[in-house]
Amino acid sequence: MENVVSLVKVSKNYVLGKTIVHALQHVSLQIARGDFITIAGPSGSGKTTLLNLIGCVDVATSGQVVINGNDTHDLKERQLTELRLNTIGFIFQSFNLVSVLSVYQNVEFPLLLQGRLSVEERKSRVMDLLKKVGIDNHSKHRPNELSGGQRQRVAIARALVTRPKIVLADEPTANLDSKTGETIIDLMKEMNELEKTTFIFSTHDARVMAHAKTIVNIADGRIVGSMSSPARKIAAKKSPAKKSFGKSEKKSPSRPVKISK
Amino acid sequence: MNQFSVLLQIAFRNLFANFLNIVIGAIVFIGTLLFVVGSSLLNNMEGAMSKSIIGSVAGNIQVYSDKSKDELSLFGSFGAPDIADIPDFSKIKSALMNIENIKSVIPMGVNNAQVAYGNTLDVALEKLRKTVNQKNKGDHSDALRRTMESYKSHIRQIVSVIQGDLRNLSALAKLQPSDKENMATLKKAASEQFWNSFDADPLGHLEFLENKIAYLLPDSDFYNIGYVGTDIDSFKNNFDRMEIVEGQMVPSGQRGMLLSKFVYEHQFKLKTAHRLDEIKEAMENKHSAIARDPNLQFLIKQNKTQTREIILQLDPVSTAKMRKALQIYLPSAEKDLAILLPLFLDVNDKNFIDRYNFFYSTIAPMIELYRLRPGDAITIKAYTKSGFIESVNIKVYGTFQFKGLEKSGLAGGLSLMDLMSFRDLYGFLTPEKLAEAKHLEKAAGVKIIDRDKAEEELFGGAWDSAVSTGSQTDIDEKKELGMIRKKDSSVNRAYTQSEIDDGVVINAAIILKDPSKIKETMKQIKTVSDKNQLDLRVVTWQKAAGMIGQFVLVAKVILYLVVFIIFVVALVIINNAVMMATLQRVQEIGTMRAIGAGRSFVLAMILVETVLLGLTFGIAGTAAGSLIIKVLGHNGIPAMNEFLYFFFSGPRLYPALGVGSIVWSMVIIFIVTIVSALYPAIIATRVSPITAMQSEE
Repeated sequence: MENVVSLVKVSKNYVLGKTIVHALQHVSLQIARGDFITIAGPSGSGKTTLLNLIGCVDVATSGQVVINGNDTHDLKERQLTELRLNTIGFIFQSFNLVSVLSVYQNVEFPLLLQGRLSVEERKSRVMDLLKKVGIDNHSKHRPNELSGGQRQRVAIARALVTRPKIVLADEPTANLDSKTGETIIDLMKEMNELEKTTFIFSTHDARVMAHAKTIVNIADGRIVGSMSSPARKIAAKKSPAKKSFGKSEKKSPSRPVKISK
Repeated sequence: MNQFSVLLQIAFRNLFANFLNIVIGAIVFIGTLLFVVGSSLLNNMEGAMSKSIIGSVAGNIQVYSDKSKDELSLFGSFGAPDIADIPDFSKIKSALMNIENIKSVIPMGVNNAQVAYGNTLDVALEKLRKTVNQKNKGDHSDALRRTMESYKSHIRQIVSVIQGDLRNLSALAKLQPSDKENMATLKKAASEQFWNSFDADPLGHLEFLENKIAYLLPDSDFYNIGYVGTDIDSFKNNFDRMEIVEGQMVPSGQRGMLLSKFVYEHQFKLKTAHRLDEIKEAMENKHSAIARDPNLQFLIKQNKTQTREIILQLDPVSTAKMRKALQIYLPSAEKDLAILLPLFLDVNDKNFIDRYNFFYSTIAPMIELYRLRPGDAITIKAYTKSGFIESVNIKVYGTFQFKGLEKSGLAGGLSLMDLMSFRDLYGFLTPEKLAEAKHLEKAAGVKIIDRDKAEEELFGGAWDSAVSTGSQTDIDEKKELGMIRKKDSSVNRAYTQSEIDDGVVINAAIILKDPSKIKETMKQIKTVSDKNQLDLRVVTWQKAAGMIGQFVLVAKVILYLVVFIIFVVALVIINNAVMMATLQRVQEIGTMRAIGAGRSFVLAMILVETVLLGLTFGIAGTAAGSLIIKVLGHNGIPAMNEFLYFFFSGPRLYPALGVGSIVWSMVIIFIVTIVSALYPAIIATRVSPITAMQSEE
């Protein structure tokens, strides 16, 4: 299967005061199209850095980052922006909706930036997505009139509206209660299956990890384990997406998970 | 386009999102309001004032000799400006009239003289002298005799008033030896014996009264009178706001003077009457009330204490008449007019209008309201430029005013005089004077005196200049004036236009066909002047008006400075506020950047937001300002004093809204907001998309 993300020996260093922080060290990672992959690890392990590099909002200190066939090292700022706009969707931990825009306008926003579709096309696409994430009856509301879960649904719709190859979600459930978080993950998974979009999300929540097709464990800036579980893929396919998290975990107790300290 | 619409939507919705925006809005609102109101008012005032200045004396352009040390200042300046003369007006007239845009060129010379009025006794004695002369010529009619007797009794009345004054003085203070001497002289003048012997030697008696008594009456006044020597016909034709109020135009080519109505009212009118006019004016136009206006109370006090000007005018018959009228009107049993008049003049808000009307209907016909009537001649004595005293007898044909500027002391400050008399007074030789001077030189063997010593040799001391109404006070001088008498008869003829034009002037007013082309025309005049070696200095009406002309300019500079400061402050505040707002929004901006918004989008977003904010409040400020101007334009702003009257070119200014003011306010807002938001906007573009990934906590 073709890889939409390819990282080869990627390192990322930050300068923090007088010390150099090695956020990522010689990370190599291939992510296949249509994957539903979680980057797992504790705070400070390098999850977010890894996502930033994949999301082209940051550049690697060394190594090669290829997103959808584009080596980000060769791209200029403007081209990186284009790449983000057309290839990558973002879901944020704290939703990050534009507060003065309505739900509809927030979702439409990336399409306006692209400027390719007509009003009608935009409308049908936005409304279609809002229906899919189950928020179509709130399209005229402002973000602050919605609950956290509803906001994250809007964010998912916004991330998917440009039909990106990759959707990045940085701790998408961290600001949600567990029940809502679970439905959000289920929604993401449903979208993954419906749209065949690659989802890459980070979490340090073991229960969220359980939904992933592939789990990449990261600790101290290194990948300490990667597991693709065909058994869990089958399980995931069999079980409906809305199935409760607890049950899912029970069904795959043998899932190998490494959690670094 | 779609991006712009989302930018606008974001901008609109952020308009009131931040408290700082309201602060910015308020500053922008006040700034534009002030700008629109201020600039509209000043533009209108400038227009009105230019009408006042151009329409009264200045014309559109003034030219004067380039050899002048000082600048021409038509409405007066500090000191006497040193302006060189233009030796031959006809030369510049013919040269300038070739310029397409020039409608006419009017010769001028502005000068002023101090004016001294002879006192009431002098005037009365002069009248008596005339009747005596008539009698000596053989007129023995009853009418003449009655007139003479009336004049005589008037003079006796005046003498007794002076006697009374001196007696009052002796009660208050110890008399000087000279006072005692005066008492004796007065006693003689008041005696039956003196008047019984009058007819035997009238001229001797008159001389005694003129020399020994008249100066004891301290009621003469000094004023400064400003005049423009000009071709009065041409002046009237070109300054079409000028109108004759009393009397008539000076006949074409004749010597003569027209007094400004304003000067006539303020200086020649009976002061009591003038004060009553002022009170009425204040009550009607400014809605003042005597009870609360100290200025009016002061005028009334002056009227109550200064009744002598009226009393001195009355002979015994009219004194009795006035006493009776006042006794019935007030009513009062008081017999002394010196007490009745103050009683009558002690007006209040309730009785003012009635007494004002009674004054003009009943009192005024018994007295002379003006010291001078159209048709009377006055003698003007003024220093010439070279230091001689020159005097000219000149007939005042009437009074004039400028329509719409009736109450302006500035527009009405200058009276008009024919050019010939002006040249005489200024020390330039008219053809008659040249011939006369030659004749006199021959006859008297006059030696030429060095100009620098002339003053000393001729006069010893110096006073500026003097004009007296009616007659000369001094007998000796009268004899010398025989010379002038002769001149009077010789100049009593009409001058031709070429005689008027061929001669010296100081400056010339130029009226344009199209006033908007003033700059081009000024250049053309300069070219013509250089080509023909006319040596002209060319100035706009604004410059020629002196400080008055600069007033609106100065006011404009102040306004623009204030507006400029407001907007500089606004710039700093907007800059800071937008900076703060941007810092509060880094996550939003980062998110947009992560999602795929380019730097240009972020830049545009901040700029559009700020400009929209500025324009919204700017339009509101402009609208409010326009409304204020509309209301003012409908009701008019009253001219509260003489200066404003001149600046408003009338009693009220009706400002109109200028499109320029509105356009400019928008342009200013646009520039200020763009400039002030630019830096924060650039900072915003540097917000990294990583920011979006950092959680808010």
